[in-house]
Amino acid sequence: MTYPENLRYTKEHEWVAVDGDTGTVGITFHAQKELGDIVYVDLPKAGSAVEAGKTFGSVESVKAVSDIYSPVTGEVVEVNSLLADSPEKLNEDPHGDAWLVKIKLSNPGELGGLMNAGDYTAYLGE
Amino acid sequence: MLKQTPLNAAHRALNARMVDFGGWDMPVQYSGIIDEHNMVRTAVGLFDVSHMGEIEVRGPEALSLVNYVTTNNAAKLALGQVHYSGLLYETGCFVDDILVHKVADDHYFLCVNASNQDKDFEHIAAHNRWNCTVENAGEQYAQIAVQGPKALETLQKLTGTALAGIKYYWFADGEVSGQPARIARTGYTGEDGFEIYVAPGQAEARWNELMEAGREFGIKPAGLGARNTLRMEAGMALYGHEIDASLTPLEAGLNWIVKLDKGEFVGKPVLEKQKAEGLTRKLIGFEMRGRGIGRDGYEVRVAGEPAGWVTSGGPAPTLNKNLGMCYLPAGQAQPGLAIEVMVRNQPVEAVTVPIPFYKRAK
Repeated sequence: MTYPENLRYTKEHEWVAVDGDTGTVGITFHAQKELGDIVYVDLPKAGSAVEAGKTFGSVESVKAVSDIYSPVTGEVVEVNSLLADSPEKLNEDPHGDAWLVKIKLSNPGELGGLMNAGDYTAYLGE
Repeated sequence: MLKQTPLNAAHRALNARMVDFGGWDMPVQYSGIIDEHNMVRTAVGLFDVSHMGEIEVRGPEALSLVNYVTTNNAAKLALGQVHYSGLLYETGCFVDDILVHKVADDHYFLCVNASNQDKDFEHIAAHNRWNCTVENAGEQYAQIAVQGPKALETLQKLTGTALAGIKYYWFADGEVSGQPARIARTGYTGEDGFEIYVAPGQAEARWNELMEAGREFGIKPAGLGARNTLRMEAGMALYGHEIDASLTPLEAGLNWIVKLDKGEFVGKPVLEKQKAEGLTRKLIGFEMRGRGIGRDGYEVRVAGEPAGWVTSGGPAPTLNKNLGMCYLPAGQAQPGLAIEVMVRNQPVEAVTVPIPFYKRAK
C-alpha cells in the first residue's frame, strides 16, 4: 500500500488533508483493513467542536468498535453523508470518497505534530 | 505461548488474521467475516475447530456418571446419537455446554469448549462415584467443521460412509480419505453440515482435501468471526455470553436440555426451586430500531431504567439487521417490548424479538 503524500497521519490511524483553513479527516487504509467489514460509522454533527487527540466518533466492524481520534482541533463544518447508508465505502476508498468529516482548523500549528506518508509507512513497519 | 491447532500453518498460508482466543492462536477471518458468513449460508465453509476439547467417559456405568453430571437425559441416546447438554455446578449454573455422543453402552464422547476443557474434566472426575475412566482427550483429536447446504456433497467426495444416512445430531465412526474419522452431523452455524474428528496428524491433509472437494461450490475457509455471527443468527448460546457460572439453563431458555424427571443430577435442586418459584431474569432476543449496534456487555433499559445487559450483539449478515440477545427481568422478557440499548452512553431504540432469528429452510 502506498500512502498518499498529501495527507498527514496519526498514530491512531487517522489522516487529515488540509486545504486552506479546512482539514478533511478520514481513517487510513491500514485502519479499515485491521477492522475488517465496516458496518456502522458514528460521526459528530456539523457545528460540533472537536479537539486534537480526543475521540469524536466511532467506526464499527462486524466484530469490533473502534474510536476515531481527531487529528486536529476545530469545528466540524461538514459530515460525509455517504457513510450513513454505505459504511462499507470505508473499506473500499478510505483515503478518498469515504472521508469522515471536514473540520475548520482553529490551530493549524498542530499539523506539525503529525506524520507524513513516509513516517507513517515506517510506523506501520511496511 | 499460545496453543496451536495442527492446522496453524494452513491458516497462515491462507493469510488468515490470527487472534488469541482463550489461549489458542486461532483464525478470526480469512476473506472477511461477511463473505465467509454468506458462503456458509449459501454453499459451504470450512472451520478449524480443533481447539474444542474432547472428554471420553468409559466403563460399565458410564451412563450413570454422564447422566449425573449433565442436564439432558443421556439414557435416551441411541448408539450413534448426539445431544446438546449442560454441565452444571451445584448452584444450577453452567460449568459448560457440551455435546454428548453415545459411542457404545460403556463409552460416551463429550465435545466441550476449548477454554473450559480442564475445568470440565476436573468437574466430571470429581463426581465419578462409578469407577468410570474419564479421559481428558483433547490432544488426541483435531476437529474440522464442514458447514453449509453443500457440506454433504463436499464431504461425500472423500468418504465411503453414506452421509445422507446420518440424521441431524447423529454420527458415524467411518473414514475420510481412508483414514478413521468420527463424522457427526452437527454444527454451530444454523446450517446443515458435519463436524469430523480425526487424528491431529491427519488434519492438514483432510483440510486441504476438503478445500479441493468444495472448490466447485466456491468453498471458503471461515474463521471465528463468521462462526460467531452464524451462531448468533441461529440463536445458539456461547459460553461466557448467554451462559456462564452465574446463569442457569432455565434463565438461558434452554429448558429443552433440562430433564428434571430423569433422576438426580448436579444442580437439579436449584433448577427445581427456580422452576417452582419462577425465574427472575430470562434471555430474549432484540432487534435494533435506532441507529447503533448493541454489543456484548451493553446495558439494556426499559422505560429509562436499567433492566439488563446484552450477552451477544452485532450485525446479522443474512438478515441484514443489527440483532442481539439480552437478559431482562423475566416478566419483561417477551417479544414486542420497546427497550433501549445503551450504545456508548446514548440510549438507542430496540425491540425484543424471539430467539432464534434465523432458521434454515428444511
